[in-house]
Amino acid sequence: MGLESLYQEIILDHYRAKHHAGLRQPYSVEVTHVNPSCGDELVLRLALAGDRVEDLSYLAEGCSISQASTSVMSDLVIGRRLDEAVGLHDGFQAMLEGQGRVELDEEVYGDAVAFSGVAQFPARVKCAMLGWAAFRDAVWRASPGGTDD
Amino acid sequence: MTSDPIDVERVRRDFPILSRRIGPAELVYLDSANTAHKPAVVIEAEAQHYRCHNANVARAMHTLGAEATAAFEGARGRVAAFVGARPEEIVFTKNATEALNLAAHSLGAGLGPGDQVVVSLAEHHSNIVPWQMACQRSGAELRWFDLTEEGRLDLERAAAEDLINPRTKIVAVTWVSNVTGAVSPLAQIAAQARAVGARLVVDGSQGVPHRPCDVAELGADLLAFTGHKLAGPTGIGVLWGRSELLEAMPPFLGGGEMIEVVRMEGSTYARPPHRFEAGTPPIAQAVGLGAAVEYLSAWGMDAIARHEADITAYALDRLAELPEVRLLGPADPADRGGAIAFGLADLHPHDVMQVLDSYGVAVRGGHHCARPLHRRFQMGASVRVSSYLYTTRGEIDRLIEALIATLEFFRVRPGRK
Repeated sequence: MGLESLYQEIILDHYRAKHHAGLRQPYSVEVTHVNPSCGDELVLRLALAGDRVEDLSYLAEGCSISQASTSVMSDLVIGRRLDEAVGLHDGFQAMLEGQGRVELDEEVYGDAVAFSGVAQFPARVKCAMLGWAAFRDAVWRASPGGTDD
Repeated sequence: MTSDPIDVERVRRDFPILSRRIGPAELVYLDSANTAHKPAVVIEAEAQHYRCHNANVARAMHTLGAEATAAFEGARGRVAAFVGARPEEIVFTKNATEALNLAAHSLGAGLGPGDQVVVSLAEHHSNIVPWQMACQRSGAELRWFDLTEEGRLDLERAAAEDLINPRTKIVAVTWVSNVTGAVSPLAQIAAQARAVGARLVVDGSQGVPHRPCDVAELGADLLAFTGHKLAGPTGIGVLWGRSELLEAMPPFLGGGEMIEVVRMEGSTYARPPHRFEAGTPPIAQAVGLGAAVEYLSAWGMDAIARHEADITAYALDRLAELPEVRLLGPADPADRGGAIAFGLADLHPHDVMQVLDSYGVAVRGGHHCARPLHRRFQMGASVRVSSYLYTTRGEIDRLIEALIATLEFFRVRPGRK
């Protein structure tokens, strides 16, 4: 499995120029996620307007895979209905954990399709999921019954 | 006694895994501080034990039981000789982490409010967290050595802060840092600890495998190390302790073979080392570890230390050729172990590690279980290369080539693509 399949140009582009980066006001919920094995940290803010993602902002320290994945995610979920965005999370996770057997629909996922190579590098799946997992957690905390602490 | 220089090509023939390929590339294994490879004699000793002598130790009275017990206790003797100790001072644990937890639990049982425990910012998490837990249980206060800019224990600041004082009961520091490679001034710290009546616990995980060790000279009261970094098996670690101290320490884990008499109302405990070895111990692993220390001793620990000092100095020189390298630790090879951690431009260590791996070069990228140390130097993580007796200068050259290729891949340097 070659390096180019992991580090596709789209990924490196997002890494060099992250979309929607930085922490912004106002926000509904803020979460901090870490990757304990490498020390990467991500603070993510989610601003909701009804059942839609109004804004998603973040401050991240991490590898190219985690940074690019968070950037691509921000493009995908901002402005989207919450249930749709969570569905995208589930599909992206299923692809990463599918060891190459699960393909994403490019029409729906756009740049996120470039992360298909990551599924062949199990040690890096956590990197690609860092931002998405933080987003999923933020949605859960923002929903009725979720704890926001 | 000084041993002859080691013949690294002959050493390499003893380690079967070194002939492996990673894809098309020959393996360049620079992650021995993480875990070391095993010579065939260690692999064989463990397998041979299972083939011919397998039985439980101490409690099995049949012939095989006697053989297994003799092999297990024989291994204890070999390990003891390796560090200049007596066999009854060697406690087998599952790893260095368990040895340090044993120390924190049993030695820490004497702590109370107002007492202080001193560690350092350079510690592996396994020499921080058990002491945090011991302080939480006892109400003692945890304090720590800061580090100088080059990553050594800041003794001046410690003196100014009166870090080691009459309230200090335990000082727990590493012998050799697993990140910066810095060797701690143990003699000086031991003298300070002794002067206030504190016990010195040393994490020898990165020291014992790489340099001659004589516990009588080290100055420690307890010394923890692990088998798998010592060319031995995983699943076995060691806590050495001075006899009189071990005798005075309460047990850690309770269970079979650590007792004298068990009554429902209460039990009495075996003497050390068995007091601290509850349950069936890592028997075949002890045999493997015994073979490993014999193997290393045959080359000579002084010769191994000289070889690693040569490789480390060479690696530091070659890394200094790359302006993108930011070293985390002393650039001077004196008083330094073989771990070399660094940042490469603004690239994340995971990304560096990944590209190096595609060239067959195995390094570690991350915080190496030393997050406070990395935060001290405003880094989240680093790339770490580490050597052992089988590491060659040619492998360091391969590392440098792969680092340059990494810089080109991520376009820090102009190059291909």
